Amino acid sequence: MINFEKFTLDNGLRVIVHKDKSTQIVAMNLLYDVGARDEDPDRTGFAHLFEHLMFGGSVNIPKYDTPLEEAGGENNAFTNNDITNYYLTIPRQNLELAFWLESDRMLDLAFSAKSLEVQRNVVIEEFKQSYLNQPYGDVWLLLRPMAYKVHPYLWATIGKDISHIEKATMQDVKDFYKKYYNPNNAILTVAGDVSTDEIHRLSEKWFGPIEPGMILNRNLPKEPRQTEVRSLKVERDVPFDALYKTYHMCARNHDAYHTTDLISDILSNGDSSRLFNRLVKEKNIFSDIHAYISGDRDEGLFVFSGKLVKGVRMEDAEKAINTEIDIIKNDLVAQDELEKVKNKIESTLEFSEISVLNKAMNLSYSELLGDADLINQEKDLYAAVTRESVRETANEIFREDNSSTLYYFSN
Amino acid sequence: MTQLNRHIQPNINLVDRISLDKPEVQTLDNDIPVYLINTSEQDLVKIEFIFTAGSWFEPKKLVASFTNRMLKEGTSSMSSAKIADLIDYYGAHLETNSDKDMGYVALYSLNKHLHKTLPVLAEIIRDPVFDQKELETLRQNRRQNFLVNNEKVRYLARRKFNELIFGEGHPYGKVFNESDFDQISQDDLVSFHKNRYNAGNCKVIVSGKIPAGFVHLLNDLFTGFNGQAPDHQGTIPRQTELEDKKTHFVKKNAVQSAIRMGKVLFNKTHPDYVKLKVMNTILGGYFGSRLMSNIREDKGYTYGIGSAIVSLHHSGYFFITSEVGSDVTQEAVHEIYYEIDQLRQHKVSAQELDLVKNYMLGSFLRSVDGSFAQADNFKSLLEYGLDFTYFDNYIEVVKAISREEILTLAQQYLDPESLSLLTVGK
Repeated sequence: MINFEKFTLDNGLRVIVHKDKSTQIVAMNLLYDVGARDEDPDRTGFAHLFEHLMFGGSVNIPKYDTPLEEAGGENNAFTNNDITNYYLTIPRQNLELAFWLESDRMLDLAFSAKSLEVQRNVVIEEFKQSYLNQPYGDVWLLLRPMAYKVHPYLWATIGKDISHIEKATMQDVKDFYKKYYNPNNAILTVAGDVSTDEIHRLSEKWFGPIEPGMILNRNLPKEPRQTEVRSLKVERDVPFDALYKTYHMCARNHDAYHTTDLISDILSNGDSSRLFNRLVKEKNIFSDIHAYISGDRDEGLFVFSGKLVKGVRMEDAEKAINTEIDIIKNDLVAQDELEKVKNKIESTLEFSEISVLNKAMNLSYSELLGDADLINQEKDLYAAVTRESVRETANEIFREDNSSTLYYFSN
Repeated sequence: MTQLNRHIQPNINLVDRISLDKPEVQTLDNDIPVYLINTSEQDLVKIEFIFTAGSWFEPKKLVASFTNRMLKEGTSSMSSAKIADLIDYYGAHLETNSDKDMGYVALYSLNKHLHKTLPVLAEIIRDPVFDQKELETLRQNRRQNFLVNNEKVRYLARRKFNELIFGEGHPYGKVFNESDFDQISQDDLVSFHKNRYNAGNCKVIVSGKIPAGFVHLLNDLFTGFNGQAPDHQGTIPRQTELEDKKTHFVKKNAVQSAIRMGKVLFNKTHPDYVKLKVMNTILGGYFGSRLMSNIREDKGYTYGIGSAIVSLHHSGYFFITSEVGSDVTQEAVHEIYYEIDQLRQHKVSAQELDLVKNYMLGSFLRSVDGSFAQADNFKSLLEYGLDFTYFDNYIEVVKAISREEILTLAQQYLDPESLSLLTVGK
């Protein structure tokens, strides 16, 4: 149970406060409701490039990192398809510095040409390091455009192509900032040994004067129901064959979300899970295999990903996954097995509450989904999943004409 | 209301003292010391067994890591599948890990399930069977995993680098190859377990919210678990100095090169160790470091670059690591040498040194935040016979170090002629 209080400033900034007396560290999480899905299809990778530029100095502070490091703080950020999330931890006594830093870069950026130039190169190197210079690194660059035809999840957060990052102009940067980096499009969470009064006062002081931006009218194209089997074969310079399969699944806020998540746990969470136990341990078909959900806000993907044991044929590996899919579609999951994955969820939630930063992130994200208190309802929502709903949802998702398969061969 | 002046930075107060309570120590009947860090408010616990059972002690490559990893693959009363089922059912987690010096076995559990989960931990430590079929599966999958990693320039550099600085045949320099996977047998593991995973060779750290009666329960579960570690700690072979310290390793078609540069130093019991940590932080130990500021934030040659000082039981080393665009590899190497030279030629400014001190103290505060974090820190000391008083000294040294001392340290330890350089790429 994570206690919290929340309030909204006049400019629309939502603020959440969590009190944890056990720590001398305060965590601040600032979530902006903008991600790769908001990008222009010809300017992909932009939300993430922009995240880098947020460290290039703001209107009154030449360098974001320096004062924070001086105060003994540390920070980072990430971008995904849905959100851009900035977070920091700082010794309790220097909390106000964090307000100063974060509010200034929400107020206005420095927009330095040098920063754009350098970060463009940094991001291109990141693209190479994470996607091009790794075995199997291009998998998501291939899977996304196969699974999605119109919804912007069809490109990866890093972008479709390096050329998109090369093309970004200063005008693009300014327009993007003006459109999305506004108090009414953000959620601030502060967690630590703090009081709501104090956070209210500091929020008013530092964020209060910032003008709100336009109300966003998001109108993303909806991915039509997939009605054909899709597949792609590639050959790459990798040591072993690999197999990837995706199925469309429900959105994060949909009723079937928790059931879908538990299906992935039954298949793949832990050494006792079905895929690991049967396909890795018993049958030696895969050297490793995972099933997981993307968990995106819009309709996401249920993913299978496995590396084949040398000598196993691709057809046999696919058949083995299909057999497991048939089992979960046809047979009710045993009561014990369902109980097991629920217990695991309970424990995971409990362990995730150790870190004050984790709690701040989870509260911000839950608020984005509709209500910060959702984090406290998760356990019950998982507990309510039934054997029947598992079977029903599995049948919903695992239709053959809902699948996209990537056969990734070693050459 | 007065106008808010955003040019003025809010005051900063330094992290002054960080006091950590000394863990309570209890001893089991078989003399295993149990350190209790009982500082959590949540009803969960981590129990970690630490054995001096790292690769330093193995008679044959891979034996230490396979012995450690095979512990949870079956005991005389429970199959591997049964262990996994029990642990998963109670939402617990078993973690096995080994490094150059030690072997670790840890259980994470909710307190309400401890009576079910703790016996499993005891059994896998005391009575593993190293089942042949399980060994074959693990052998195959780890071999494949190794061959995938071998396609990564960073991984290749990391392996090759240890060999480069410690020398072939040195226990810290040895690298395993594909053929080594075929060499290990069930007997190797059984014998390594018998020699190294025993009471005389073992310490336990418990953290979280420790329930009443815990040590009693632990004592019962380990009754009859005895044995002594062999005295032999292995002789420390001399490092072999390489004639040419610059090595390039070809990885075809790489779009980035991995760079590693560094040298053998010493471990955290050396009087200069903490001071070198400060010097290292300036050079490459945080986001605002000189390497990061120059090579990423000014030149854009890389997504990241950093340096670190690593402590090992019988030694230690310093290294710089990065992955940079293939076309700018030489330029990046040049800039690294430039930054080392700067550190050896000029005193660091008072402003930069202060920033680094503050950053390190804040970082330290973060690293001991929470029961598990404190346990991890305590573990890193216990292996050297140190305790939390080490940190009092750490804080004093960080606060007191001068600009002159940093210069002297850089001149003494970072002679470019003494540094090995490895590049892996096109």
